[in-house]
Amino acid sequence: MTATVDAPRLLELYELMSVIRGTEKAAHDAFLAGLVKGTTHLAAGHEAVAVGASAALRPDDYVFATYRGHHHAMARGAAPAECLAELMSKATGVCQAKGGSMHLTKASAGMLGSYAIVGAHLPLAAGAAWSALLRGTDQVAVAFFGDGATNIGAFHEALNLSAVWALPVLFICENNLYMEYTPISSVTAVEHPAADRAAAYRLPAEVIDGNDVVVVADAVGRAADRARAGGGPTVLEAQTYRHFGHSRTDPATYRPAEEVQRWLARDPLDVASRRLSELGVPDQEITAAAARAAGVVADAVAAAKSADGADPAQALTDVWADGGHQWRT
Amino acid sequence: MADLITYRDAVADGIAREMRRDPAVVCLGEDIGAAGGVFKTTVGLQAEFGPHRVRDTPISEQAIVGIAMGAAMTGIRPVAEIMFSDFLACCWDYLANEIPKMRYMTGGQVTVPLVIRTANGGGLGFGAQHSQSVENWALAVPGLKVVAPSNPADVVGLLASAIRTDDPVVFFEHKGLFASRGEAAPDGHVVPLGEAAVARPGTDITIVALAATVPLALAAADELAGSGVQAEVIDLRCLVPLDMAAVLASVRKTSRLLIVEENPYQGGWGGTVASIVADEGFELLDAPIRRVAAACVPLPFADALEDEVIPTTPKVVAALRDLLAY
Repeated sequence: MTATVDAPRLLELYELMSVIRGTEKAAHDAFLAGLVKGTTHLAAGHEAVAVGASAALRPDDYVFATYRGHHHAMARGAAPAECLAELMSKATGVCQAKGGSMHLTKASAGMLGSYAIVGAHLPLAAGAAWSALLRGTDQVAVAFFGDGATNIGAFHEALNLSAVWALPVLFICENNLYMEYTPISSVTAVEHPAADRAAAYRLPAEVIDGNDVVVVADAVGRAADRARAGGGPTVLEAQTYRHFGHSRTDPATYRPAEEVQRWLARDPLDVASRRLSELGVPDQEITAAAARAAGVVADAVAAAKSADGADPAQALTDVWADGGHQWRT
Repeated sequence: MADLITYRDAVADGIAREMRRDPAVVCLGEDIGAAGGVFKTTVGLQAEFGPHRVRDTPISEQAIVGIAMGAAMTGIRPVAEIMFSDFLACCWDYLANEIPKMRYMTGGQVTVPLVIRTANGGGLGFGAQHSQSVENWALAVPGLKVVAPSNPADVVGLLASAIRTDDPVVFFEHKGLFASRGEAAPDGHVVPLGEAAVARPGTDITIVALAATVPLALAAADELAGSGVQAEVIDLRCLVPLDMAAVLASVRKTSRLLIVEENPYQGGWGGTVASIVADEGFELLDAPIRRVAAACVPLPFADALEDEVIPTTPKVVAALRDLLAY
């Protein structure tokens, strides 16, 4: 089913993107306030990739994301409160505070994990796609990954085998121009780090505007249709930009001011808002959607803050499928 | 006389039995299809189950194990082959960081029921990159079950348990045992994971062994039997779950313990066994715990050199005599 994004649907997507943006800002504030330990990799600026893709996918499809994956968890249905609770080491966290920011997972919504070893999850998405073929379903699997993953072996191994086996898998690169602190262009032999590699595996590829939720939904919808029909994998390279630095309190001073301004002017929320206006949606409806999102985020922050801390007993559960951790008699 | 079968044929038999029983069981790996595997351990599987359930892959270890993991997370029970256990290093991220952690770090949301089979160990002169015993690598990772059978019937019975469990299993097949023969497994044969076997009962000294060191231990025990010593040989069969109850029960009887392992002494699994006995069975012992393990060098090529490095029957006999004389 190719996604048709009409005005009411676009307003929903705008609201969801607003929820994600607000949650990411709340995560940033919580980190600065000392409520989040370790690290966070915020996806503010990337919302259109996750929300656009999810709009084009079915609930029974599979999604695999990276350590910058809060937006994918929420786009697939994880509640902001359980995501923030996870970041804040609370018992109500989506992974019972055993995963943390880099491993948000909502398996019941087909969101099968956030992986913090760069590129490792691309073969996993291929495996979920193979599983769909073996079980005779027409599900598709999607791997979202950063530009930095395109130079690691697992990317190439996954693309090759997925192509040879014609697997129903989509490889969606969120190219935000920087691996961590280093421009991807300075360490990569081709201009488009994902899309230009696809030809080596005889895969179709498209470079798309990753800040336009309608464009993403359309491209992912077409690629998913092709995959469901037996047409095999597609590589999509969604161009986007981080609003925050790589992680934690990185101020990202390595990025030229002019570049930052140019991308902030293409904020995915503004792009969607302009499209809504063009479709005749009154300003007050757009404002009301943003206000509803802000309310969801405020409630989520309050719920996460007031939740109980992680239960120490959970440290020794769920190593094994029987729920335990015994390794010897 | 019971039917005899090779260890090699038992691998294919064990996989086939599970594939007949459960359509969710599939195989993938390099040269496992029409070629029947480089060690001929998958002969006949593709002919019986077809190319979709027995799938050849490129030389692409990360893709093999990663795809197996993704399939396992979504309703399939893959049996992935990594041709030589040395090559696990090429996909170690999946064994160290992905497969064993996914259930835990998602708070139990995800299950990863897969088996990674691999040909392990020396004795065949393959040199340093094709001969290592690396079962201790897997033992070092919480969240992996580790199996290493010593005889054909156990291959079948342990494969059944490994494939049926909802936990990830690394299944070490010993290259030096492929040609060995033993009794065929009866129909429906299942050996539970984590149950050691008493391969030879005895009262005077306990030898704990695994995979190819089991026949070494048995040969050494037979040699000592001539001088009236009855050694008990415990075949661990699994490193995780580790049947320490069986080891401690035997030491309670014999008061002496020799561990025979093919992985290097440095970081080898015998160190774990010894530490538990030292901790929980100290007062049972009449002598120090000894380990016959591989020397801490890369595996050399020539037989004369390899024999210097890995355990051999004479080394086990010498260690036994030493301990008995303590």
